Amino acid sequence: MSDIIVDVAVIGAGPAGIAAGVGAKEAGAEKVAIFERDWDLGGILQQCIHPGFGLHAFGEELTGPEYVHRWISKAREAGVEFWTNSMVFHMEENGSFWIMNPSLGIKKVVAKSLVLAMGCRERPLGALGIPGTRPAGIYTAGTAQRLVNMEGYMPGNRVVILGSGDVGLIMARRMIWEGAEVLGVYEIMPWPGGLRRNIAQCLDDYGIPFYLEETVIEVHGKDRLEGVTVAKVDKNRNPIVGTEKFLGCDTLLLAVGLIPENELSRMANVEINPVTQGPIVNELLQTTKPNIFAAGNVVIVYDLVDWVSMEGERAGRNAALFAAGKFKPGEKKIKVSGGDNVRLYSPQWLSGQSDATIYMRVTQPIEKSCKVVVEPGLYEKRLRYARPGEMNEAHVKLQDLQALGDVDEIVVDIKEV
Amino acid sequence: MSEERRIICTACPVGCFMIAKEENGHVVSISGNSCPRGEEYAKIEMTDPRRVFASTVRVEGGALPVCPVRSKEPVPKDKIFEITKAVAHVTVKAPVEIRQVIIKNVCDTGVDIVASRSLPTKQSVELVSQGG
Repeated sequence: MSDIIVDVAVIGAGPAGIAAGVGAKEAGAEKVAIFERDWDLGGILQQCIHPGFGLHAFGEELTGPEYVHRWISKAREAGVEFWTNSMVFHMEENGSFWIMNPSLGIKKVVAKSLVLAMGCRERPLGALGIPGTRPAGIYTAGTAQRLVNMEGYMPGNRVVILGSGDVGLIMARRMIWEGAEVLGVYEIMPWPGGLRRNIAQCLDDYGIPFYLEETVIEVHGKDRLEGVTVAKVDKNRNPIVGTEKFLGCDTLLLAVGLIPENELSRMANVEINPVTQGPIVNELLQTTKPNIFAAGNVVIVYDLVDWVSMEGERAGRNAALFAAGKFKPGEKKIKVSGGDNVRLYSPQWLSGQSDATIYMRVTQPIEKSCKVVVEPGLYEKRLRYARPGEMNEAHVKLQDLQALGDVDEIVVDIKEV
Repeated sequence: MSEERRIICTACPVGCFMIAKEENGHVVSISGNSCPRGEEYAKIEMTDPRRVFASTVRVEGGALPVCPVRSKEPVPKDKIFEITKAVAHVTVKAPVEIRQVIIKNVCDTGVDIVASRSLPTKQSVELVSQGG
């Protein structure tokens, strides 16, 4: 039983992983292998059959399967090896890991460097603590999307959607197109979770009501869901007595947030940021373990797959340079801190070796002219607004950073002008 | 007759808030867009609103029981429900190739419904997972 020996190993053949494979080959790595637990490549994009992907990467709007098809072709042409049906179930501190495959059994993979690209998972009902029964008919939006778009099942006929993340909005329209009735989308926060264009083309187009600062406070039904109680919430997000309303429905879809999937990262003792719930990385997408890189939704949840692919490629390139020994570990370590209105951002530190792109979300929306800044004086960009549902970015040039001399902390923020 | 309409642009993920003014059936001004694509979107939205339609069709002998399809181009918005019904009755045989035409000129829109992924046969996928 010989080990599988590669230069760069990638875990996960979703958009981040496939792009990492491409990036690693582009940077000259010889043996690049991607390990995927599914029989198929593409990850979650294979169930995202609606258009809206690739405007930045390819200059046109593609569906999820079309977008990922292009990347798979790129990766195959570049000579990336794909290992499907290969579930990574254990990872060692040094980055070696173990796969399970139906024809090969259990195998150890030893790589000079690796890229974590496991993506994220949906927050489930259990994480919400909604009182009531636990009947059939409650799904995360992504599960319902898989049932409808890949397995050919309709989850139900009268649908309530809790949370306004993009997958929930997309599923509202999808259920309508498949003949279901969608009673409404309920969002506990005072602002939408998803992109504005999805509210326009998925809800407004079909007259689906959208309620802000309202939530589901109780689930009813014994075997099958029979209804939910919704209520308005106050500023502290507590239900307001007297505003309760019963909605008869057989399906409840949850679109209440995505959480990076880091079971394997934790096994390898990669340090996790408690706010993003992804690995702490630098601008090279290197984790706290120098040979382990990470990219995409496993690091921080993005709005657009185009950014995920771009970051995947970056991680793959740097992992290849590390594998070839061309990579100099940073002597300088600059901490990236969030300002008053930015809690969620990545990377959390810079090694001072390349230009950096910093992705962030505002904590509170700003519905007027505002600016993204990186202090001291590294970046400033005007925005017409900033919303928690829409990610922003800042770019820091290496030469500007070097010109600052001995700085050990920079601050990113989005504030009013 | 003049009319003012608020339109959220769906041409890209930015989602600009636009205001389109119409007089006697002609679009006279569009504001709020941050690029030319927005202006074009608003004009079409005022005169001939269209959307890309995406759904699935049944597959016989495929690695999955359904295959995703899309309208190759945007179709008139008011034809969407008619199209959902036309697509619902289609079954194709595996293997399916990406861009394969599934329904030609769907509901007389002049637009084809095409496959948006390649789907191998069930058998071929089973062979691969057994190392064959």
